[in-house]
Amino acid sequence: MPIEEVMERQLEINPQAVSKTGESQGLTQEEIKISVKNLHFYYGKHKALENISMDLRPKKVTALIGPSGCGKSTFLRLFNRMNDLIPHARIEGAIRIDGKDIYGKDTDVVELRRKVGMVFQKSTPFTKSIFDNVAYGLKILGLRDKEIIHQIVEKSLRGAALWDEVKDNLSKSALQLSGGQQQRLCIARALAVGPEVLLMDEPCSALDPTATARIEELIFELKKQYTIVIVTHNMQQAARVSDETGFLFLGKLIEFGNTDKIFTKPDNPMTESYVTGRFG
Amino acid sequence: MKSRKDGGDRLFQAAMMGFALIIVLLIVGIITELTRSSMLSIKHFGFSFFTGMTWDPVFENFGALPFIYGTLVTSLVALLIAVPIGVGTAIYLAEYAPPFLRKSMSLLVDLLAAIPSVVYGLWAIFELVPLMRTNIQPFLGKYLGFLPFFQGPNYGVGMLAASLVLAIMIVPFIISISREVIMTVPHVYKEAAYALGSTRWEAVRSIILSYGKTGILGGVILALGRAIGETMAVTMIIGNNVTISPSLFSPGYTLASVIANEFTEATGNLYLSALIEMGLVLFIVSIIVNMIARMLIWSVTQKQSTGTTLKPRAL
Repeated sequence: MPIEEVMERQLEINPQAVSKTGESQGLTQEEIKISVKNLHFYYGKHKALENISMDLRPKKVTALIGPSGCGKSTFLRLFNRMNDLIPHARIEGAIRIDGKDIYGKDTDVVELRRKVGMVFQKSTPFTKSIFDNVAYGLKILGLRDKEIIHQIVEKSLRGAALWDEVKDNLSKSALQLSGGQQQRLCIARALAVGPEVLLMDEPCSALDPTATARIEELIFELKKQYTIVIVTHNMQQAARVSDETGFLFLGKLIEFGNTDKIFTKPDNPMTESYVTGRFG
Repeated sequence: MKSRKDGGDRLFQAAMMGFALIIVLLIVGIITELTRSSMLSIKHFGFSFFTGMTWDPVFENFGALPFIYGTLVTSLVALLIAVPIGVGTAIYLAEYAPPFLRKSMSLLVDLLAAIPSVVYGLWAIFELVPLMRTNIQPFLGKYLGFLPFFQGPNYGVGMLAASLVLAIMIVPFIISISREVIMTVPHVYKEAAYALGSTRWEAVRSIILSYGKTGILGGVILALGRAIGETMAVTMIIGNNVTISPSLFSPGYTLASVIANEFTEATGNLYLSALIEMGLVLFIVSIIVNMIARMLIWSVTQKQSTGTTLKPRAL
């Protein structure tokens, strides 16, 4: 039952133990969180992604960079099957999370989306109070115990570094928060349902530098517990927050590897000209 | 050099303003004329016009209550039937239906709205009323007969038949407006709900209906306005009997029907004046209902057009 899983993950988990497994993770095949194999993706007849294969490691930040229209957001949205909502979209190949093909016939999409949280480019607070925004995911899961909901909401808001700013105004409308606070609220909302993976689709593109810095600090904290995939336009941001970086161009994965390597001595000349700002 | 603004532009502006003024004058003119002509009745009956139960042209004793009752009851029952069907269809069309079905169904809905009401009336007389008499009303009487709404003699014509036809006539309005309102809910909010593990129904309920509820309510009230004013189809099947009965099987009368039916026979001045006062009541009620609806719809489109690129849709 998903609800028990959420409660277990939210209430009984020992943060130390979690970060310890994070530290000790090696590079064996067993410790791949997300595995992409020969992935093709089409919008109708248009091929948006071509033959992408990559392995994403748990509790690391993987950045996807590339010029506009290269397919990085499309790619990100495949991890929680958000593109299912688009008519005529078609996928070939496989994406495995914890070894399980998420496009397999027995996948419960609703459960997948709980496990793989998402933060959007534009903050999307619902027209509800701050508290109800964070509690939304718990309520649709059927959690009714007020005290437990309250506990998880607090924990999630703390996790998103928003608690201290809103703890006295939890019943205030979420729309009254600033842009950066709204985005952190959306992160808290995603954290509340106990995801393992967090997808971030240009989470800072609508924010000012101060708010951006706060989100980046937050990402640094979050990766102790979550596997994060972030799409960004901003190469400095990718260099700052990520452990590994994938460079996409025209629907193909040009190069994927350690962030330092991608930004200092990439193998592919195309990657080099992109990260040094010669095109894109 | 002569500025281009001086000549043609000024003339054009003046002409357009003139046309727009005609609309204002029309409304003011109608209200003035209705009030002036109903003065005799207003002075003679005062407030008792609204509480009087009799409608007696021979002794010139006129009360509007049975007509107000008939209008309100048929309109509200029509809403009860039409709102679930209309809003449900709108949700299906906007959220669930495959694109080809969405387009063809929307076309059909608009077509339904374009059918003249006299055609609905004819269809009701020859198809709906016999069906009411032989099937629907006996069924309701048998299983729900313990309720006062479904008791009494079964003629086929009556308030229930009128309500059903009204419901069929207003359903297209509710569908169109609700669909438009649902479509203005920004896509990112739906995605955000799905991304948190919402099922489709949960996303519809908590996001779409909560963003769109004021607009949908506006559409419903607009439909109510139309139901209140509908004349032809209702006159043909309501039975035209001046009574107040709790039973929906019983024949009734509405404000609009009585005006249409009796205008040509209104011989006395007071009789005519009383009919015109009914028109005034109908006019004012319709205007108020429409204003409320438009304000609700406007408030929704305003709220959602700030912060998104969506423009308010004209209705």
